[in-house]
Amino acid sequence: MLKLSQHIYNTLRKHGEETYPHECCGVLLGRSQDDVNTVEDAVRAGNTRTDSAHNRYHIAPQELVKIQRQGRERGLDIVGFYHSHPDHPAQWSKTDFAEAHWLGCSYVITAVANGVAQQTNSFLLRGTSEDDKSFEDETIQVEELVAGRC
Amino acid sequence: MKIFIPTPLRVYVGKQDAVQVNAQTVGEALSALTSQHPDLKKHLYSDEGKLRAFVNVYLNDEDVRYLPEKEATSVTEADSLSIIPSIAGGC
Repeated sequence: MLKLSQHIYNTLRKHGEETYPHECCGVLLGRSQDDVNTVEDAVRAGNTRTDSAHNRYHIAPQELVKIQRQGRERGLDIVGFYHSHPDHPAQWSKTDFAEAHWLGCSYVITAVANGVAQQTNSFLLRGTSEDDKSFEDETIQVEELVAGRC
Repeated sequence: MKIFIPTPLRVYVGKQDAVQVNAQTVGEALSALTSQHPDLKKHLYSDEGKLRAFVNVYLNDEDVRYLPEKEATSVTEADSLSIIPSIAGGC
């Protein structure tokens, strides 16, 4: 299960609308326990695939290192990633699967049609290695805003 | 020096987020890491012994692949290594 606040959920969907017709991407920081990834922050990342940004994304490793460091300083781990599929369903693609290496992490995909966010789905990358990895549909639990938190 | 371990690989290092090693070079640090935690090796290296293409190793903020001396680069106790699998995809 992926747990996140309404604010974070809205933020990552809005990111996909802003970058349309290009793919957006970002990192989910939080905590992972007992198959539940709880997101505390969604950090926007740049899409380095400027050659084909309408259907590809890639986060520079150097940016990942910095985001991981910032998370560590706040007691947070990388628990997932998000990106958008402009004018394409919110389902993982062959490319998404081939390029997925963060076992145990959530991969969130938002379909964006004509600039408007549609379905958002999450997929948990299961497995113990590259040989047996698989994407599993994952429930997204959006928690209502709590006073004093966002 | 410290080697920071990404979330998917922590299961192979006793669920630690970082491993402390004594090393003079990047290569020695990685060898020390996989000696201490042998189960980690196949996740970092191919059967031919090369670092897997999707595994990035950063010395502080520098990609080791692009350092002039690569894994022979000297390190000090104050340096840190980060292992960071790549993230990419698309529809």
